[in-house]
Amino acid sequence: MFAYWQNFFRKHGAALSVFLLASVGFWIFMMILLPQAFMLDFSLRANVPPPKWGSDAHHYTAEHYRYMLYGSAQSVDSYNFVDLSVFARTIVAAIFVTLIDLALCYPVAYYLAHAATGGWRRLMVLSLIVPFWVNELLRAFAFKIMFGGNGIINNALLWLGVIDQPYDFIRNSVALYSGLSYAYILLMIFPIYNAVESLDRNQIEAARDLGSPWWRIHKRVVIPHAKPGITSGCTMVFMLTAGALAAPQILGGPSSLWFTQIIYQAFNQAGNWARGSAYAIILLVVCILFVLLMMRVFKVKLGEIAR
Amino acid sequence: MSADVQLDEVWIRFGDFVAARDINISIRQGEFFSFLGPSGCGKTTLLRAVSGFLQPSQGRVSIGGRDMAGIGPNKRPTALIFQNLALFPLMTVWENITFALEVRGAGRAARRKKAEELLELIALPGQGEKMVSELSGGQRQRVAIARALAAEPSVLLLDEPLSALDLKLRQHMRTELRAIQRRVGITFIYITHDQGEALTMSDHVAVMSHGVIEQVGDGNSIYNRPESAFVASFVGENNLFSGTVAATDDAYVTVDSPAGRLRARHAMRGGKAQLAAGDSAFVFVRPESLKFAAGASSASAEASSTEASSSTGALDNRIGARIHQQEFEGNFWQVFCDVDGVDKRVKLSMVNDGASMGRGPGEEVTLGFNADLAVALPQGELAAE
Ligand SMILES: Nc1ncnc2c1ncn2[C@@H]1O[C@H](COP(=O)(O)OP(=O)(O)OP(=O)(O)O)[C@@H](O)[C@H]1O
Ligand SMILES: [Mg+2]
Repeated sequence: MFAYWQNFFRKHGAALSVFLLASVGFWIFMMILLPQAFMLDFSLRANVPPPKWGSDAHHYTAEHYRYMLYGSAQSVDSYNFVDLSVFARTIVAAIFVTLIDLALCYPVAYYLAHAATGGWRRLMVLSLIVPFWVNELLRAFAFKIMFGGNGIINNALLWLGVIDQPYDFIRNSVALYSGLSYAYILLMIFPIYNAVESLDRNQIEAARDLGSPWWRIHKRVVIPHAKPGITSGCTMVFMLTAGALAAPQILGGPSSLWFTQIIYQAFNQAGNWARGSAYAIILLVVCILFVLLMMRVFKVKLGEIAR
Repeated sequence: MSADVQLDEVWIRFGDFVAARDINISIRQGEFFSFLGPSGCGKTTLLRAVSGFLQPSQGRVSIGGRDMAGIGPNKRPTALIFQNLALFPLMTVWENITFALEVRGAGRAARRKKAEELLELIALPGQGEKMVSELSGGQRQRVAIARALAAEPSVLLLDEPLSALDLKLRQHMRTELRAIQRRVGITFIYITHDQGEALTMSDHVAVMSHGVIEQVGDGNSIYNRPESAFVASFVGENNLFSGTVAATDDAYVTVDSPAGRLRARHAMRGGKAQLAAGDSAFVFVRPESLKFAAGASSASAEASSTEASSSTGALDNRIGARIHQQEFEGNFWQVFCDVDGVDKRVKLSMVNDGASMGRGPGEEVTLGFNADLAVALPQGELAAE
């Protein structure tokens, strides 16, 4: 370990080494650890207005975590079904969106990496990237208009005679799932694309030559090779979807609340920063545990994702 | 025996580029057939047409008498060993080997049994549980062969499979491959740019250049009776004298060259004479066919003894030369001589019979060779050095 740092200093020179270490350290500490530590601290204290922060009233308590479970700080008679069901639905929906993205992106990534050539490939990559120059809110509103009662999709379906009255895509969450699936699609495509592209084409041909049908080539050769990319794509999409706010706010139906919206309400409408922090921490921890569990199930190591 | 793999008038084009031009080849069941040619001449392309990864632009590929048009690589009775082997790095050795059986739905027990059999065949018994990355280069090579054989192909296609190995291992694997081929008795089609490999292993060799088959034959006829200047210059070493044909008959050609008037065998191609008086021609003489002739040389003792040992006695051709340099290779002496009017130094190989050569650089000598051991061919493209 000591030898490593010695070598590090020799390689980069003292000034650069100090700068690198300081900036990385600053980033990790100030941008990641410190804010999260504050959140954690907040979540474990009583909810008092800012002037009383630091006073005795601002004492430590687990009441906000209990509230999430039981809907009250004292009684344990009934569960907090409202918040818990929103939480569960958010997680399930995020899984669902992740799976949709995976199903959409794997074929596209494979096609880009191994079938598309030259100009056609560049055109496809561009048409994937360019729409994301439009900002997230604008994109969400565009989806809302598209899926609205008078939107282009309803009009097209009416005109084609598939339906005889407008379908409520918003109330039925179709708009929300579409919007969320689209929002993070690049984060799914590019890790998979990178992983698939590094696969030696001869391996695909070898499997084919040995008589393998296409699906077995994917099952036995391409997917095992692309697993780290698939994992990192799924992880990012899942985390970001579970933590999304804009799309659910704009595209969600009146009855479908996203867990982040509850957190948002706690902070901004109820003025209950402590509860908001506790809920945010719960979301974070559950998401991380879920991802770690999935990685264990699919036998992926954390180090592989970073490849 | 029937033709197992047959190519009829096969052309392969990539846009305007012709990668294979009017290929006609007939490969018999159970033979070891090699395509030999320099890099980029279209060997891999041709092999891909046989394995089904590529459809010929024109012409017909048939295997076992069956036209292969429209049949994909996974449905053909061929197995291909790739230039880089393309073993599956995330599977164990035995899973690699039995992938073809897995595809066909064989049970695990049957696959394990087959894997052990094949591991035995390739002399790696008990190594099935290893990962591919834990094997040496030569062992990977053999696993690739086993994986292909497990598919029970009637034709095994090998794309320069030994090129990544070091010289010693390559030579060892040559023998091994040949032995495996004899044991399993299926047709091997082997691609290489290494003439040593092609000549030692093959029943027949097709020499290719720029998408054209220059000559097909067994190793002996390719080496001793080349039919084109390309083959003569590509296979083995050859000294070259260019000149103009003075006279021809069916058996011999007389060529006027800067080195003098030379007489050489008249090489036929497809039974037809290739040269007539007035044509530009190359005369090729192998280094081992050249001798020191008595006469101009002052060191006569060894020279006359070498000459006497040649079977025909008097030499048909004599060339005045000057020794530039000589290299001792243990079993051989390699002597490089300057001949006036010839650009490239003439090389002569002599078996080291124990006596010292008795000649030195700068010495004027007379080189000689018999007409039967030299060949005259129409001028044409030569293999790059
Ligand atoms: N898909 C392709 N598109 C265009 N040209 C190609 C394609 N595949 C091969 N070629 C060209 O065809 C020629 C023959 O290529 P091929 O790979 O068959 O050579 P090779 O004899 O196997 O050479 P090597 O010994 O280097 O492997 C080359 O000039 C190559 O550039
Ligand atoms: Mg090749």
